Amino acid sequence: MNTRPFLGWFVSPAGLVAVGLIAAMLAVFQYSVRAYIPGTLEVGGFTWANFEAMLRPLYALAFWNTVLLCFETALFTLLLAYPLAYALTRTNSSALRSFILIVSVTPLFLGEVVRTYSWMIVLGNNGFLNSLLLKLGLLDRPLQMMFTAGGVVAALVHVTMPIMVIMLAAALSHIDRNYEKAAESLGAGPIRIFLTITLPLSMPGIVAGFSTAFAWTFSAFATPQLIGGGRVATVSTLIYQLGFSSFNFPFAASLSIIGLALSLAVIALLKKAASPLERMAGTT
Amino acid sequence: MKRSPATLALRWSGRVLVAVILLFVLLPGVVVAISAFNDRAILQFPPQSWSLRWFWRAFSYADFAKGFWNGLTVTVWASSIAVVVGSAFAFAIHRYKFALRDFLEGILLSPLIIPHYTVGLGILILASQTGIGRGFPLVIFAHVVMVLPFVMRSTYISLENLDTRLELAASSLGATPLRILFTVTIPLLIPGLLSGWLFAAILSFNEFTATLFVSSQATQTLPVAMYNYVREFADPTLAALSVIYIVVTATLLTIANSFLGLGKILNVDAH
Repeated sequence: MNTRPFLGWFVSPAGLVAVGLIAAMLAVFQYSVRAYIPGTLEVGGFTWANFEAMLRPLYALAFWNTVLLCFETALFTLLLAYPLAYALTRTNSSALRSFILIVSVTPLFLGEVVRTYSWMIVLGNNGFLNSLLLKLGLLDRPLQMMFTAGGVVAALVHVTMPIMVIMLAAALSHIDRNYEKAAESLGAGPIRIFLTITLPLSMPGIVAGFSTAFAWTFSAFATPQLIGGGRVATVSTLIYQLGFSSFNFPFAASLSIIGLALSLAVIALLKKAASPLERMAGTT
Repeated sequence: MKRSPATLALRWSGRVLVAVILLFVLLPGVVVAISAFNDRAILQFPPQSWSLRWFWRAFSYADFAKGFWNGLTVTVWASSIAVVVGSAFAFAIHRYKFALRDFLEGILLSPLIIPHYTVGLGILILASQTGIGRGFPLVIFAHVVMVLPFVMRSTYISLENLDTRLELAASSLGATPLRILFTVTIPLLIPGLLSGWLFAAILSFNEFTATLFVSSQATQTLPVAMYNYVREFADPTLAALSVIYIVVTATLLTIANSFLGLGKILNVDAH
């Protein structure tokens, strides 16, 4: 008797999708080492010129800016999402639970464009924040928030919040509450319990959430493009410009290869940096 | 147990903190809602006069209507294909060991970390090299790739919670594997499959970055049409459309929450 019924039927469609995805990735790799022929979509022979061009200050700066932007975003997202995830998993009121869950998860499903647009209205010179601050007399002329890195970070934090809340809440909900009760009965205060038990035990969630936020921000395009308005150059906006304004697909491909490698490297580093912490918490 | 004033103060400051963060999350939605009803074409807070005309414009603008139907076509196809392909694969990796199992799983989960523009660019280059062209099948394929990880996860969690004794019982009573699959396993997995489909559909309908690369004027979806609009016009039409978006999504999620338990799907419920 077949001990693995339907195996072939169940795996082959997924295999086909995987083949398509691998082919697409190989296409990017292949294009990244081809010469660009201006004015056409055809590509020339094999060359390293695309990767050499990336050493120019303009592109090196874009990479550095993107990494910095991602770090800031992931950090602020973590700081804002943790209290929400904590409240979500610890509240006794089911109405409050549902409220926090719906409020923090809905933005996940609104897409980058809707959320970025709403931040444009919040941050603009005639926008909500400037109008409010001017009316209150806290400012005498509008503060420039659009087209700044700060504005991009604020919007990106909002975009990455939901996934961070979900990942932290998943980690927090799986912590055995008896550890906390034991510490409490031994006389530890709430802050000490949080710092020595809850926080270390939620470390896997923090690492997962931080790296996901990092990867998402790295991949974000609409937010830096619309809120940065061309004045905040990131890897994603450069790739789009190269691809669709100058049709330099080989260079766009090599940028996205380096972008992918960089984002994978940072995530791997994060995991490595966090593993001593996880061992300390005894979860590995 | 009596709580000390310090503990109480901590508790209340925690509550205030959570309220402030929730305000940050809600702020853009509220601001968009206010500006959607603003009569003037220029942004203004608070609006001097109110009107519904931007809602009418959102409904009558041809690109949005076309984008909506294109998006719906892509979404229904992509999430349905993803549910079939992804749950079958999740079933296989949950139950069996086979050659290339971990490799395939890694590849199919990789769109979670690979930047969407890399995937989009890759599929675009592949299409131009093979001469497939930028039609609907290309956009649908890109979306299947994007949402597959979420469907796999949703089905995998349902399989973890499935009581395999029911299948064993059916088997011991002489049911064939095919009959067990259709009369026991799949019916038990329905909630997980449905929520996987719903998640995939919502994500696919909103996918933007990869779609921008792989779609053409004829196949552009609603988010792409919205992006093009915001680059051309500054009036509140997009605010009106965003309000519709937010209301529909929040309603769908509230329904999903009450019927399927969002906490369970997202794995944030305590065990």
